[in-house]
Amino acid sequence: MTIKVIHPGLATTIQDLGRPGYYHLGIPMSGAMDRLSLMSANLLVGNEEGAACLEAVFLGPQLQFTRDAIVAVTGAELPPKLDGDPRPTWTSFPVKAGQTLAFDYLRSGARAYIAVAGGIDTPPMLGSRSTYAIGALGGIEGRAIQPGDDLPVGEGGGKEGLSVPKALRRGPGSPVELRVIPGLYWHRIQETSQKSFFDDTWTVAPECDRMGYRFRGGTALDFVERDQPFGAGSDPSNITDACYPYGSIQVPGGTEPIILHRDAVSGGGYFMLGTVISADMDLIGQMQPNMPTRFLKVDMDAALTARHDRQRLVERLRAELA
Amino acid sequence: MTMRYSFGGDEHVFVEVDEAMSLEAFFKSLSITTAVRAADIKGVTEICPANASFQIKFDPDQIAPDDLVTELKQLESAADTAEARLQTRIVEIPVYYQDPWTHETLMRFRDRHQDPNATDIEYAASINGYDSVEAFIAAHSGAPWFVSMVGFVSGLPFLYQMVERARQIQVPKYLRPRTDTPKLTVGYGGCFSCVYSVRGAGGYQMFGITPMPIFDPKQEIGYLQDFMVFFRPGDIVKWKPIDRETYDAAVADVEAGRFAPRMAEVTFDLNEFNADIDAYNAKLEGALQ
Repeated sequence: MTIKVIHPGLATTIQDLGRPGYYHLGIPMSGAMDRLSLMSANLLVGNEEGAACLEAVFLGPQLQFTRDAIVAVTGAELPPKLDGDPRPTWTSFPVKAGQTLAFDYLRSGARAYIAVAGGIDTPPMLGSRSTYAIGALGGIEGRAIQPGDDLPVGEGGGKEGLSVPKALRRGPGSPVELRVIPGLYWHRIQETSQKSFFDDTWTVAPECDRMGYRFRGGTALDFVERDQPFGAGSDPSNITDACYPYGSIQVPGGTEPIILHRDAVSGGGYFMLGTVISADMDLIGQMQPNMPTRFLKVDMDAALTARHDRQRLVERLRAELA
Repeated sequence: MTMRYSFGGDEHVFVEVDEAMSLEAFFKSLSITTAVRAADIKGVTEICPANASFQIKFDPDQIAPDDLVTELKQLESAADTAEARLQTRIVEIPVYYQDPWTHETLMRFRDRHQDPNATDIEYAASINGYDSVEAFIAAHSGAPWFVSMVGFVSGLPFLYQMVERARQIQVPKYLRPRTDTPKLTVGYGGCFSCVYSVRGAGGYQMFGITPMPIFDPKQEIGYLQDFMVFFRPGDIVKWKPIDRETYDAAVADVEAGRFAPRMAEVTFDLNEFNADIDAYNAKLEGALQ
C-alpha cells in the first residue's frame, strides 16, 4: 500500500529513531527530534516503537490513502482532519481507502508525528530510514516529501481508539526549562558569564531546525583572556576543530547560543560551554520561535536521575499501549 | 600535552589531548581511540577521533560515567608507549585553484569577509606573507597533508599540512559563516584545509575546487562502491594543481565512471618524519610515481 502526498506541509520528513554509528565520519544520528512522541505514535498503531513515521514541522501535510489503515498523530497539537472531520491527537483512528488526511492549524508544540500501522517502508540506509537532507540519506531520495510522492507502507494491524493518557504526554512548559551540565570549554568564559548564562531568560531565535536551535536575548559572554592556541583561529570563541557532542551548546562569537540537535554538524571550531542532558533533548523538538527559555545548571547525578525518570515513562507507555 | 577530560552531558566523554594542533597531538588522539576500539568497552557506542581531541559516546545505563573515564585513563598510558607509526595510503587530489564557481560564491558573501576587496586566496596569500597567489598555491600544494579528522558533514576531511610550524599556513574563518559553499570546494580555516563533501553552509576561506567526489550516498562511483565515504583519519593527501581543461576532462571521467584517484599504500612513521621532514615527504610522494 502507499500513501499519496497531495501537499507536503512545510518540511515533512520521514524519521525513525535514527542512524547511530557513523558520527566519526560526519554522518549525524538524525531521527525524530521528539523521540518520545514518535515512540508513542508507533505504539498507538501497533508498530515497533522505532518504526518510521512522518515528522511534520509547524504545518501538516495532506495525504491520500490507497487502503484502509490505522493512524495516530502525536507530539505537537496539530489537529488531524479526515475528509474534513476532526480526529483527536494522541489517539489511534481508522482511515478508509480513498480518504484524505489533512491538518488544522498548529495549536502548540512544533513537530507532529504521524504513524501508520505497518510503518513507512522506504529503504533503510546505514540502518535507518531517517531523512538526512544534507547528506542525501534516507527518506525518499534523501529529501523532505514532495507533492506526488507515493509513500510505501509496510504490513500492519493496529486497533482504533487507543489513547495516550495525558499524564504520559511530555511537552515543554513556559518558560521552557532545559537542564545543562556545564563542561567542555566552560572554563573559557568569565565567571560573570558563567552566572549570566544561567540567570538570563533567552528566547528561541527564528533559526531553529533539525540541525540546531539558536537562542537570543541573553547577555553576550566574556571570554577568559589567552593567546589563542595554534590552529584554532583568532576569535576567542574559536577552538582547534573538535567533535561536537549531541546536545552541546556552542556560542559563536559569544553572542547567540546554539543547541546542536539530530542533524547537526559533527564537529567544528567553535567552543561549547556544556551540554543539554539526554532526558531534555525531546523537549527542544517542540519549541517554537520566540519561546522564553531558561537553562538550569545540573550535575551528572541529576542528569542520570532524569534519564531514569524518562525511561520509567517509556515503560509506562509500553504497558499502557501493549 | 595535558589531557583534559570533560563530560558532554550524560552520554559523551570529551578528551582534549592538547589545546593546540600538532601531529603529536593527532597521533596521541588516534592511538588512544584505536586502543578504545580494541578494548571493546561495554556501553561505548561511538568513537570519534578529532584533530587534537576525541569524543566517546556511551550509554550510562551500561557503564557509569566515572568508570568509563577510569578505563580511558588506563588506555591513555598504554597509548603513550605506542609507536607513532601508521599503515596508510597517500592520495593525489587534483585541485583547480581560483575556479569560477567558488569565485562566484565568495563574491556573493563579500560582506562577511575580513577583506572585501580581495578574494579569499589573495587575502590568505597576503596575510601569510606570500608575494603572489602563485607562490601561495605552490606552498599549499608543495607538501602533503594529513587527514586529521573526518566530520562536520558527511565525510568531510580536515587536513593538516606536514611541514614545520613556521611554514604552516593560518587563516581566520569568515567573520560570519556563509550559507552556501559549492560541493567539493577546497577550503581553509585556522591551520586546516578541507574538502567540502556536499554543498552547504561553511566558514572556511575558499581556494579552489576538486573534480573528485569524496562522498556518494548512492555508491555508484567506482572507488566509493565499498563505502560511501572516501577518507579515513591518517590518510595522506597531495594536492595537484590543475587547469580548467584538465578539470573538465576529470569531471567527464567521473561522469563516465572512468576516474580513479592516484593512490598508494604507505607507512608513516612520526619519528622518521620529524628527523627530516622534506626528505620524508619526498619519499612518501615517490610512492605515487
